[in-house]
Amino acid sequence: MPVIHLTDQPLDYTAITESVRDPAAGAVVLFLGTVREFTAGQQTEHLEYEAYREMAESSLKQLADEASARFPIVKTAIVHRLGALQLSDVAVAIAVSTPHRAQAFAAGQWLIDTLKQRVPIWKREHYTDGRVLWQHPAAVADSAAGQSEGT
Amino acid sequence: MTGAGTVTVLFFAAARDAAGTAQLQLPVPAKVTLAQIQQQVLRHAGGLQPLQSLLLWAVNNQYALPATMVQPGDTVACFPPVSGG
Repeated sequence: MPVIHLTDQPLDYTAITESVRDPAAGAVVLFLGTVREFTAGQQTEHLEYEAYREMAESSLKQLADEASARFPIVKTAIVHRLGALQLSDVAVAIAVSTPHRAQAFAAGQWLIDTLKQRVPIWKREHYTDGRVLWQHPAAVADSAAGQSEGT
Repeated sequence: MTGAGTVTVLFFAAARDAAGTAQLQLPVPAKVTLAQIQQQVLRHAGGLQPLQSLLLWAVNNQYALPATMVQPGDTVACFPPVSGG
């Protein structure tokens, strides 16, 4: 069973990494998405994340299942933080183990890319100039500050 | 469930701000399409109309298309494109 978790506490990425180690695996990849200060010249003061928790949890489970069908995954862990995050805080941790390294990199890449397209979690930027804006990829053109790339 | 009842509609992120509420209860006669729910939602929460083309919809925690059938007791969710990670 994959480890799937949404939490408002700081992510323990050492424990998340440990949770996917296994004698069947020869490779572990850990991806961390962290809060960046500057995005296209806009300075972030802090971020907030909100989730549709019930759907986000089932959607993360589906993601882990789909990844297991695509890649020879031994174990997967996906943990996303919610609430207020400061610069450099870890927003998401994805750990995956596979028999060989190329598969672990590919699976980790697919998991974060697909999470960002599908899982109902939203980011609200609090900029240093006082503006507060929800980020939505499709709204980039409508907003001077809109940015689709969070991590 | 059969017969009349209500459908719960949840709003998230910018959709909640635009709707001015986190949740609506919509009376429905029996089975309806998500498209019919969408029309009712946009009438009740007119603030969503500028976002209409962006909005994503889910029924019972799964992304859904306008033709998806919705019945009393179901939970519909309405939200903007996701931006986690």
